[in-house]
Amino acid sequence: MSEKIRKIDGITKESTQAMIDDALSVYPEKARKKRAPHLAPNDPSSGCASVKSNKKTVPGVMSARGCAYAGAKGVVWGPIRDMVHVSHGPVGCGWYSWGTRRNLMSGINGVTQFGMQFTSDFQEKDIVYGGDKKLKTLLHEAHELFPLAKGISVLSECPVGLIGDDINSVTKSVSKELEIPIIPCNCEGFRGVSQSLGHHISNDSIRDYIIETREFAEPSTPYDIALIGDYNIGGDVWSAKALLEEIGLNVKSVWTGDGELEKIAATHTVKLNLIHCYRSMNYMCKVMEEKYGIPWLEFNFFGPTKIRESLRAIAERFDDTIKEKVELAIAKYEPIMQAIIDEYKPRLDGKKVMLLVGGLRPRHTIGAYEDLGMDCVGSGYEFAHTDDYDRTAPEMPEATVVYDDPSEYEFEKFAHALKPDLIGSGIKEKYVFQKMGIPFRQMHSWDYSGPYHGYQGFEIFARDVDMAVNSPTWKLVKAPF
Amino acid sequence: MRQIAIYGKGGIGKSTTTQNTVAGLAYLGKKVMIVGCDPKADSTRLILHAKVQNTVMDLVREKGTVEDLELEDVMKIGYGDTKCVESGGPEPGVGCAGRGVITAINFLEENGAYTPDLDFVFYDVLGDVVCGGFAMPIREGKAEEIYIVCSGEMMAMYAANNIAKGILKYATSGKVRLAGLICNARKTDKEFELVSALAAKLGTQMIHFVPRDNQVQRAEMRRMTVIEYSPEHPQAQEYRTLAEKILNNKMLVIPTPLEMEELEDLLMEYGIMEAEDESVVGVVEAAAA
Repeated sequence: MSEKIRKIDGITKESTQAMIDDALSVYPEKARKKRAPHLAPNDPSSGCASVKSNKKTVPGVMSARGCAYAGAKGVVWGPIRDMVHVSHGPVGCGWYSWGTRRNLMSGINGVTQFGMQFTSDFQEKDIVYGGDKKLKTLLHEAHELFPLAKGISVLSECPVGLIGDDINSVTKSVSKELEIPIIPCNCEGFRGVSQSLGHHISNDSIRDYIIETREFAEPSTPYDIALIGDYNIGGDVWSAKALLEEIGLNVKSVWTGDGELEKIAATHTVKLNLIHCYRSMNYMCKVMEEKYGIPWLEFNFFGPTKIRESLRAIAERFDDTIKEKVELAIAKYEPIMQAIIDEYKPRLDGKKVMLLVGGLRPRHTIGAYEDLGMDCVGSGYEFAHTDDYDRTAPEMPEATVVYDDPSEYEFEKFAHALKPDLIGSGIKEKYVFQKMGIPFRQMHSWDYSGPYHGYQGFEIFARDVDMAVNSPTWKLVKAPF
Repeated sequence: MRQIAIYGKGGIGKSTTTQNTVAGLAYLGKKVMIVGCDPKADSTRLILHAKVQNTVMDLVREKGTVEDLELEDVMKIGYGDTKCVESGGPEPGVGCAGRGVITAINFLEENGAYTPDLDFVFYDVLGDVVCGGFAMPIREGKAEEIYIVCSGEMMAMYAANNIAKGILKYATSGKVRLAGLICNARKTDKEFELVSALAAKLGTQMIHFVPRDNQVQRAEMRRMTVIEYSPEHPQAQEYRTLAEKILNNKMLVIPTPLEMEELEDLLMEYGIMEAEDESVVGVVEAAAA
């Protein structure tokens, strides 16, 4: 997307490689051999991934990754608001994945949304005798307590897979009895190398159990679209949806932030799928393209530059009325954005940021930082695949470090070498770096803030970044370097 | 206290042999506890004259959690003051029987079932060591002596050899040892010689050859061991002899399991199997004729 290759003073291919080699030097030979291909200087002109990815984490290092269950419950299923989501297994997995991702929901709890913790709470006896009867009882009870829930998802935790509980047959029979969709999702945590497989398994269950089972009530229009891969973190969907509606599109369904089961089920009739988080939802976009001929388009709603590019790319898929509305929106918001940039850029210009997030933001947020005058000097993902790194290469400056599933050690080591002014990552990293005296923002949950998507989100993003980087607190802490 | 685990191919007579041997030890004045480690829960019926004993896992299911259980709920006293416990577990095809064994044995430990007055604890374990749960009886601090029940039948010998492989794994990291093969005779050809030879190859002994006798079945129909049902019968004497041999057994070895070919060579040596003839492999009967 970027026209020219950007360079950062003092960062060359050689300096980055030397920094990587230094970090790798402490590892035993076998670990070093395994980790080396996951760390590399960026080569933006190549347009392809410089690192290996989606491989098993090297034992003995601290990884930030989650599990398949986390990908299914936390990412794909959890945000659907009008369903009951059952964490099938012991209580902990459900408890610690309850709302912590900050995927906000509208509606009335217990009536139109069910952001509650449902679990089969496995005990010793359920392991030994199997949990299928308990699951059956639970499904009946959940339906009795919350008859307005449009459906139920059953998300398998590890023990379910170990003891071979047949959740698919239980959900099938109870679904018939209760006459509501009950979807089994075999997302046991031990499957795969990261949460990424949980996204894929969940996409497959949507394909097998949900899509095409409903129709929209209203007649279709040429402007019907679905917003895919936006999970409404801190209200992102609300900001993105408003903007898409402003340019004349009908957002018929959202996958899955503040999403509704029956709208997701009718998505096979939309005209275009707009996908934000490619990593977690590309599977269903491809399915809908093959099966229903629905094209899909990746877009980026972080920061005015990327928003402008994305809006125009979206407009290209529609007629002149949309194109006009897009230009009107751009003309309306750009001065507001410029005012924000004028306010914050003087304080942030030339500041350096390092990122480590999940599967999208390490590339998608770079433009927003650059709008504020900041440079991304290192970026990496927890669970991205090669196609994500392909898309990352042109976004990052020349020779900056790319790290895949980095260990805490590598991340710290790079931070020491690059001396960033801000690190954007998750809760597991936050306090490590803050204790080192480095400003930090959580880039998974927006740190109790948000939304960051859309024009509305950029103002908040800019304020938060400024607040972190320029907080007077940091003058009272001495960084170790 | 000596802790002993009995393994062997399914249906070979582990439970019958265990209970008759335990009756023999009780007859010799020894205090024994039997821990049945099989969801079928048939390891104590001959000692208790009961159809089925309340199992640990059954009561856990009934009462909710294992913490709600008392030792006396699950421990019964049978012939010769023998203490009997069954781990219990799920029906075939559901849940995790292995975890049931782990739960039950942990419960017994935590609730002081292993009292110092016991001379022996016998674990009667289902078939093969299929998963970690069924290896529980031979983990650290549990049974250090293993007897494998087998016969002269080919599959029983294969199974015995496989179990020896499992023991080898645990023997190198712990104290568990193979103490001998118990031949529960099926009246197959050259059974005594064959099982003795297999024992020798495994580096152990055939500790006793229990001849086949219908008196065992007659006693079983009355839910009794032969020793209790007909103490004067020659078969009762066989089990008492076996009990005595176990009592005095000092031969505890790390087994040397055989490769598949060695095992087949052994069967050929005793004329049970023909020398390998590649021309008959995979040829159906009708085609061969």
